[in-house]
Amino acid sequence: MNNEEALFFSRALTELTLSFHIIYATIGVGIPLMIMIAQWVGIKKNDEHYILLARRWARGFVITVAVGVVTGTAIGLQLSLLWPNFMELAGNVIALPLFMETFAFFFEAIFLGIYLYTWDRFEDQKKHLLLLIPVALGASFSAVFITIVNAFMNAPQGFDLVDGELINVNPILAMLNPAMPTKVAHVVITAYMTSAFVLGSIAAYRLLKGSNHVYHKKALFLTMKLGLIFSIGAAIIGDFSGKYLAEYQPEKLAAAEWHFETEEGAGLILFGVLDDGEVKYEIKVPYALSILAHNDPTAEVIGLEEFAEEDIPPLYIHYLFQVMVGIGSLMILVSLIYVLGRWRQWQFVHSKNYFRLMVAGGPLAVIAIEAGWWFAEVGRQPWILRGIMRTEDAATSSGQVDLMLMLFAGLYLVLGVGSIVVLRRMFRKNPVEQEIADREKERVGDFS
Amino acid sequence: MTLEIIGISVLWLFLFGYVMIASIDFGAGFFNAYNVIFGREHVLTTVIQRYLSPVWEVTNVFLVFFFVGVIGFFPKTAFYYGTSLLVPASIAIVLLAIRGSYYAFATYGSIGHKGYTFMYGLSGLFIPASLSIVLTISEGGFIDMVNEKPVLDYFELFTSPLTWSIVVLSLAAVLYISAVFLTWYASKAGDVKATELLRKYALIWSLPTMITASGIIVELRAHNSEHFNRIVDLGWVFGLSFLLFVGTVYLLWKRRSYGVAFGLLAGQFALAFFGYGVSHYPYLLYPYLTLYDSFTNPAMAISLIIAFLMGLGLLIPSLYLVFRLFVFNKDYVQGKEDYHA
Repeated sequence: MNNEEALFFSRALTELTLSFHIIYATIGVGIPLMIMIAQWVGIKKNDEHYILLARRWARGFVITVAVGVVTGTAIGLQLSLLWPNFMELAGNVIALPLFMETFAFFFEAIFLGIYLYTWDRFEDQKKHLLLLIPVALGASFSAVFITIVNAFMNAPQGFDLVDGELINVNPILAMLNPAMPTKVAHVVITAYMTSAFVLGSIAAYRLLKGSNHVYHKKALFLTMKLGLIFSIGAAIIGDFSGKYLAEYQPEKLAAAEWHFETEEGAGLILFGVLDDGEVKYEIKVPYALSILAHNDPTAEVIGLEEFAEEDIPPLYIHYLFQVMVGIGSLMILVSLIYVLGRWRQWQFVHSKNYFRLMVAGGPLAVIAIEAGWWFAEVGRQPWILRGIMRTEDAATSSGQVDLMLMLFAGLYLVLGVGSIVVLRRMFRKNPVEQEIADREKERVGDFS
Repeated sequence: MTLEIIGISVLWLFLFGYVMIASIDFGAGFFNAYNVIFGREHVLTTVIQRYLSPVWEVTNVFLVFFFVGVIGFFPKTAFYYGTSLLVPASIAIVLLAIRGSYYAFATYGSIGHKGYTFMYGLSGLFIPASLSIVLTISEGGFIDMVNEKPVLDYFELFTSPLTWSIVVLSLAAVLYISAVFLTWYASKAGDVKATELLRKYALIWSLPTMITASGIIVELRAHNSEHFNRIVDLGWVFGLSFLLFVGTVYLLWKRRSYGVAFGLLAGQFALAFFGYGVSHYPYLLYPYLTLYDSFTNPAMAISLIIAFLMGLGLLIPSLYLVFRLFVFNKDYVQGKEDYHA
């Protein structure tokens, strides 16, 4: 295998691992917060249903966490296995957040174990709620630290480059790079948003399938409210990210928007297809790109023409950008209408078609996460460390990457199918009506 | 003490933690599978599952911590080990993944299939085997530099007696450590049958552990004489370790103080592990890579050590809590109540 092939397969394997991992990782970051909120609402309202909600979410969460942990271990090792030259160079500057991420993960792992195995052990549910705080904090902070590593790859700083050697390293400065605030905030809030919509789609599914239990209604209302808050937050932070790109990574924004010529008062391209360098079927919103980039309809936005050919990312990232933004906007609408509808007693939000829309919300949010990450990552090509190291110089020289790609593809297939089968079986066998009845029986002391 | 030494000591300590915790886990999986196959699952399953359930995720973190730390303190290891270890490390990841996820799947999804249990037990033996290859490689002689890139010589690796002795040692040690710990745990749970069975396993596996450990020292004499000489210089450490080993076996034989027996075992392995580590000094990969030429810049080293100290401030109380709630909690260990979500 020559190096070009090793590069291709290394990229494919990294993409496969990350694409699979982020499904579980995103849920893993968001769900502890949702469990915590449900538990807290349950205690505050003194409503058993919310406590049960927390408990059932926690049970399903274990399965996703397990897959998240093992695929996270995989990507952690693959960074060094597939990109040894990158890690050798960047490790000097960016090891600190990587190291801190393992601590956050450790912290979460310990308290998750305690939380799961102390149900009914504390009389006071408030004590149990306290255990969830380190779980949710650990989960969110591992996202924060690992995203800092990724932000560094987009905007490396905190060192001097002299003859290919990194000197005068400042680890803190490297962590506080310009890409960090928007990236971290966007990753964390979209994780919360996705988790809320995934849990909402489960509740909507049960209601769609004919269960009329108040438990599912409470779950749906709670998750849609949370989804609404987080998706609006995600949109606002997404706007900041656009401004960051305009200032620090203009080639990424220009490629995402098919913005070829530098101009003032730039329009934003919605939809459209690229055919031989020409954009067709687009809807152009005048001045919108200038507003997105600089908050000023007449501001100048740098176009792709100003960059060397070999520094421009692939232009298909436009579609990914569209998918991410489109789904995000749709979900703001869906959750907003549902929350308003519950409040103003609009009948159609209880219709089967509206439930179907909410069922689709969870998978759609996951697709948006995938599209967003592909956009962010492909948009930084051809660099692995923007401006410093090209991806082709970072890959391994090993000749067996193609075999490893097959091996891991098989693994993810098993894990993916396994987690779905187990989750379905878990909740099919023990529907909430059954569990509520069982708990009722326990309470009156009838164990027979 | 230089920053390099602090760095490697921290990592070695965590690797030791992983070796002990993972051994208990891997061995437990194997004993469980072995007994299920022969239709005696009820003897061990409850004891093993009680212990493993709350800690399975923590085990994995120790390993992640170690390899992230190595890259952090010694970034050049990524170049040598990363490039050459693609295949063995990937196989280990896949096995760890199957194992890690199976645990959650089985506990919560109630997959009680015998085939899975068997796979689970077997994977626990392959993982230490595939991970211990790193130790073999670090002795030198298995990596060739081709066009300035490291390439692993598989033929040399798989035909070397050193490789196989280290693999056998890792297997025997896993089963021995696990059996001693579980004997203690089962006796705390008041489960006489499980205690007796595990005690038998502990005694059976003590001998091969000792024989292979001594064998490796002999083989190193031919393979890497520099390392061998340093081991001889540190002979008293290994001697002390052997005395603790004798103590553990004696207590098990007399059916006395299993807790102390496990304490002696932990001491035995700590001495041997650190003795081995110190004798490896200063090489990370003989003869290409030493502690000093691969070390990160001082600014990063200091911030990693600070992060490490703050992290420990969080971890030690939390781990203490885990032990108090599960391992040393009488009601929990004896299974009087089923608490899980």
